[in-house]
Amino acid sequence: MATTEMSVPGGGIIVGKPKWRPLESEGNLAMLLLLPTIALLLMFIAYPFMRGILLAVTNSKVGVIGDFVGFENFARLLKDPIFHAVVYNTFLYTFVTTVFKLILGLWLALLLNRDFKFKAFTRAFILLPFIVPTVLACFAWKWMFDPTFSVLNWMLFKLGVVAAGAGVNWLGDGDLAMLSIMIVNIWRGVPFFAISLMAGLQTISPDLGEAAAIDGAKPLQRFWYITWPLLMPVTMVVVLFSVIQTFSDFQIVYVMTGGGPANATHLFATYAYQLGVGTGLLSQGAAVSLAMFPLLFGIVIFQLMYIRRVETR
Amino acid sequence: MIEGAAWRRWVFFRLPMAIFLIFLLFPFYWMIITTFRPDGELYIPWYRANYKPFWTWNPTTAHLKYLFGETTFAIWMWNTTFIAVVATAISLFCGVLAGYALSRLTFKGAALLGTTIFITYLVPQTLLFIPLSEIIRTYSLGDTPWSLILSYPTFLIPFCTWLMMGYFKSVPKELEECARIDGAARWQAMLYIIIPVAVPGILSAMIFAFTLSWNEFIYALVFLSSPEQKTVPVGVISELVRGDVFFWGPLMAGALLGSIPVAIAYSFFVEQYVSGVTGSVKG
Repeated sequence: MATTEMSVPGGGIIVGKPKWRPLESEGNLAMLLLLPTIALLLMFIAYPFMRGILLAVTNSKVGVIGDFVGFENFARLLKDPIFHAVVYNTFLYTFVTTVFKLILGLWLALLLNRDFKFKAFTRAFILLPFIVPTVLACFAWKWMFDPTFSVLNWMLFKLGVVAAGAGVNWLGDGDLAMLSIMIVNIWRGVPFFAISLMAGLQTISPDLGEAAAIDGAKPLQRFWYITWPLLMPVTMVVVLFSVIQTFSDFQIVYVMTGGGPANATHLFATYAYQLGVGTGLLSQGAAVSLAMFPLLFGIVIFQLMYIRRVETR
Repeated sequence: MIEGAAWRRWVFFRLPMAIFLIFLLFPFYWMIITTFRPDGELYIPWYRANYKPFWTWNPTTAHLKYLFGETTFAIWMWNTTFIAVVATAISLFCGVLAGYALSRLTFKGAALLGTTIFITYLVPQTLLFIPLSEIIRTYSLGDTPWSLILSYPTFLIPFCTWLMMGYFKSVPKELEECARIDGAARWQAMLYIIIPVAVPGILSAMIFAFTLSWNEFIYALVFLSSPEQKTVPVGVISELVRGDVFFWGPLMAGALLGSIPVAIAYSFFVEQYVSGVTGSVKG
């Protein structure tokens, strides 16, 4: 419609000048549509990222812009025993919880993929841990882990696992505190894995399993040779999301342990918070959270490459 | 699926399902029961004979009264709602337009921009909160709801864009071409034909964005300082935990009430939510 046509009473046709319609060009329209997004992302992601780098190479404190110190902040981190623990904790936390979330989530997805009464209802309730504000749910867990009033200790006591007065000190001991925050993370993540993997399972035609069953494949073989490979692309995406979220986790640790006892459960984010906001050492805090970036970036690239390979296969 | 003896159904289905449900839902039960339990019953050590965890015969509203009388909980609820609604609106506006542009229009740099937006989605909030808090201070937005309303879209927009891209791709191109042949301008075809068709996708993006902003914690913790500006998660932490003393009754009441809006929003749109999860995974 480059020109407008109008019939006039005389019977002739007037061909008007083409109207100036800049939005008919796809490039122009796209730029206009993307403008608000790009502006916001530049202002609140790209710019802070640059500022973060700037902070990490100076010695700024709250309210004081520091001098350029190069990589001193990072060099200090490499010698900082707490930072070593942070790196170890974060990898351990991410790895262990992801493995459990995948196994339990897949199991739950297989259960949900069956036909049973109240299926929709169950599915709706199962997602609750994932929906509800993490901080608020963590308080319920913290209350359940309370040394004196723990309902979990009461259960163990009733089951005869622990004696009266000798309960499990869930959040008071370094290793147990790590276990506790892992339990909470798994609790929060399993529903997401389950629902996503269930959606993946529904795209797999049941004929394949039936054909294999006729050929004599046992249930476990059917799962391993048919369901699992076909589910792989969905699994990889779910794991990618989960790894990023877990690696950069803050809320669970902040509420449950605050990084303690004796810095035993600090992750990147909580340590960065403690340094940057708690102590006011902005530059060191920024350096800790920036240190997360290359590691995350590496993990993401690796997983994206793997996803692409799986998908083009 | 599982045929044969009843015990098989119990062992392979009902029992594991029951254990999953208890594991996933018990904390919520615990939240509810604590909310209505009087302090006298709440603080009994677990090894005492009179520790009766699962029920109370003397339900009380004292914790709820404390929450609304002694803290500014009602204001936190309002703040959280306001911030979540406005941030969601901004993100949907940007995300729908950007999703349309990236999935429907051909232009230079489309692939690059798409990848960039996807990568920003993978930048967690915990990576940027320190420099961002500095910037918020320079823009003099500190301790105002606008600090959050403007920063939440940074993680909501990439998500909405990505979800909408997947959705727009599933709308047949012919629909748009018909409108164009009938004389609609390109933007009219988008506004009157494609966006109405994409309403289910927009709804799931909306519900996601709303729950994500309601749940956000670290920005709210760092950017807000005065009690009357806080959101529910931050307010609950700073006002109901004093040093080592936890006010468990009001805390659980706050956790319960603070969870209800998202739970309600979610219950209305469970199907959209689930299809959103699955869509984002398959996308």
